[in-house]
Amino acid sequence: MTPILALDNVSYAYRGTHAGQHAVQDVSFTIEPGQNTGLVGESGSGKSTLVKLLLGLMRPTSGQVLFDGVPLNLGDQSQVRSFRRSVQTVFQDPYSSLDPRQRVGRIVGEPVRSLRVARGRAADELVAKALESVGLAADAASRYPHEFSGGQRQRIAIARAIVSRPRVLLADEPVSALDVITRSQVIALLAELGPSRDLTVLMVSHDLSVVGALCQRTVVLQGGRIVEQGTTSSVLGAPSETYTRQLLAAVPRLPQI
Amino acid sequence: MSTMIQRETSAGADQDGAPPPDGRARDRRSLILIVGLLLVGAIVLIAALSLVWLPYAPSDTTGSRLDGPGLAHWLGTDRLGRDLFTEIMVGARIALVVGLGAVGVGAAIGIPVGLSAAFAVGWLDDTMSAAMDILIAFPVLLLAMLFVAVTGASLVTVTVAIGLSLSAIVARLTRIVAKRVLAEQYITAARTSGTGWLGIVRQHILPNIWPTISVNLGLLFGVAVLAEASLSYLGLGAPPPNSSWGRLLQEAQSTVVTAPLGAVAPGIALVILVIGVNLLVDGLRDVADPTQARAR
Amino acid sequence: MNLLEVASLSVTSSDGVARVRDVSFTVAPGERLGLIGESGSGKSLTAFAVIGLLPAGLKATGSVMLDDTQVVGAPEKNLVPLRGRVCSFIFQEPLTALDPLMKLGHQLAEPIARHQGLRGSALKRAVLDALDEVHLPEPERIADSRSYEISGGQRQRVAIAMALACRPRLLIADEPTTALDVTVQSGVLALLDHLVADRDMAMIFVSHDLAVVSRMTDHALVMRSGEAVERGSIGELLASPRHPYTAEFAASARRIETAFASAIARGRPE
Repeated sequence: MTPILALDNVSYAYRGTHAGQHAVQDVSFTIEPGQNTGLVGESGSGKSTLVKLLLGLMRPTSGQVLFDGVPLNLGDQSQVRSFRRSVQTVFQDPYSSLDPRQRVGRIVGEPVRSLRVARGRAADELVAKALESVGLAADAASRYPHEFSGGQRQRIAIARAIVSRPRVLLADEPVSALDVITRSQVIALLAELGPSRDLTVLMVSHDLSVVGALCQRTVVLQGGRIVEQGTTSSVLGAPSETYTRQLLAAVPRLPQI
Repeated sequence: MSTMIQRETSAGADQDGAPPPDGRARDRRSLILIVGLLLVGAIVLIAALSLVWLPYAPSDTTGSRLDGPGLAHWLGTDRLGRDLFTEIMVGARIALVVGLGAVGVGAAIGIPVGLSAAFAVGWLDDTMSAAMDILIAFPVLLLAMLFVAVTGASLVTVTVAIGLSLSAIVARLTRIVAKRVLAEQYITAARTSGTGWLGIVRQHILPNIWPTISVNLGLLFGVAVLAEASLSYLGLGAPPPNSSWGRLLQEAQSTVVTAPLGAVAPGIALVILVIGVNLLVDGLRDVADPTQARAR
Repeated sequence: MNLLEVASLSVTSSDGVARVRDVSFTVAPGERLGLIGESGSGKSLTAFAVIGLLPAGLKATGSVMLDDTQVVGAPEKNLVPLRGRVCSFIFQEPLTALDPLMKLGHQLAEPIARHQGLRGSALKRAVLDALDEVHLPEPERIADSRSYEISGGQRQRVAIAMALACRPRLLIADEPTTALDVTVQSGVLALLDHLVADRDMAMIFVSHDLAVVSRMTDHALVMRSGEAVERGSIGELLASPRHPYTAEFAASARRIETAFASAIARGRPE
């Protein structure tokens, strides 16, 4: 089965003031349908750059981003549109990722309009269904983002990300800014959305425990390179790299009762 | 849904430790809004009225010269026997027309230029910023005088001249605010939603910069009115019979000791309009913003 | 004889909204207490109220007795002798707690000079020793740098050194590692744990992370919407919470922890 999304020896070198240094170097991994994947890295690991490359917001300086096995050409409008329909995103900051001046219904409906998925009544239906899938009331569509809490805003962001029925949901630190109760709920939501909507989640996180709770595969990043990757159980249970072991040891654990 | 998820009300409720909006400040702001509305409203009313009714025809010089206020002439007459109250009313119309016109010109030029500058990077960005900064370094009045000196003075040229001078200020502000919006995550989210740059400008950038820009346009209206009055005072404004308040001030200058009302009346009218606009803009600042929820 | 006695503490904003409502707790010398809660729970405001550093527009009522001195409503001159010497504070974001224009050595020298009365080369020696105590390699280089020239973890260690310079009896740490990478966090937490134990200090540790709090303290006060909801040992809060909020909080943390532990267990070689 062709992976939906793949990175083939991707590198991104800085230009300008830091010319010569790499944010990301020789990164290769694939996203298989149905295999939620976690990309784990601390600050300086290159994960933000990887997110931009995976979203087609930047071109790699070497290597390729493959979509359905075909290299992604950012100049090809119809390929990009098809790509965007298939790969949607949830961002980290629920307070910055929703336009404060638009009503929720309009925010969630933006991919539907811009990607020409549907119009008019059909579009409104998709929005209503998306809001329902994330556990928000239908009347949320007529309210403004500031009327909602951080956790609810993240749900709105998830609704926006699934409304065009994508195949991959790229979640960039989706729960880092949330309190633990909401965090647990949003993780559960993401876990349930996967199988019910034929959706594969690619989660970028600095938190190993969250990745462990949601993803079947884990990729560990450090200094712009992949340090280790494999099934989550093998990476967490039998890490082969020192850095991975350090990361594991550093995760704060609840006392056993 | 868990009852544990609360509705955050004002922006302060999200941050542990951040002070919430001050109740007393909000009351003060309502007062400012009301006073501003009254002051500006008075001038607008007079200007509107002048279109359908004037106590005397503007060119009517039948009154005795430099009369004090009385029943026939509520504010007295000027040195040519014209009714001062009529002149104030016509002056209100001119002030508003030139003020609004200049701001309109400034916005029509400044906003698109500012938006382009916001998207510029590298040397283009630096060049455009430098150009705007150089233009802003000149006082608005000076720039307007330069234009009028070249084109000759009429209501239209004065309006355009002031407008052009304001456009640099509007452009620079637009650039700064638009750049800030461009850095927000919802712009990235719009891009990944497939929205093109034109759509992003229309749907996300313009609505989000408008509150700040509109406040500043309001303040620039006051600047434009004063610029017009200054130009007229210096004799560079629209020629008579357009009785701009500035020209009234200039004409009353020589007789200010014997007939002070000739200078005081237009002066007070100017003050009312400019202060009124500043108060109005200040008071409106928070009202139209959907993100400023009131704490319950 | 309690070091800190908080009785019916309330913090109200100027438009009448109570951000902290009727909170009471005590901290004995050498005792550690966690303050757990999410954003908006009032935990940080409570911590600020203890040391008399509430932001403008917020007023405290009730009683905060720190070393037999009333903090609520006290004038600055009564509070200054308490700060640094009786009670110290570590902030969440060290970038804002440190002066960006001053060299770190100078910033650290000030409280040391005040407390130990040192000058000149003796002071310099003491500053380097303090940096050494917080396990900063190359203390001379750090002393000569400014806050933005070093990493987040290093900054927080400097902030800890400054907080401990006057040998306070109570340390309040407000989410000290939330802004740090997880590998850096564990080092800073270990340092704090060691220093506080070494000096027999009392500590109030504020955090939204139950696992982190459990690493640093044995007892905690759970806060929600400005109210103290439950107090108990970490074990009690986890295993037998009395308040539904605590139960949900603990259950959520437990859920994530269990999924994580299972993933690890599945991969462990037999």
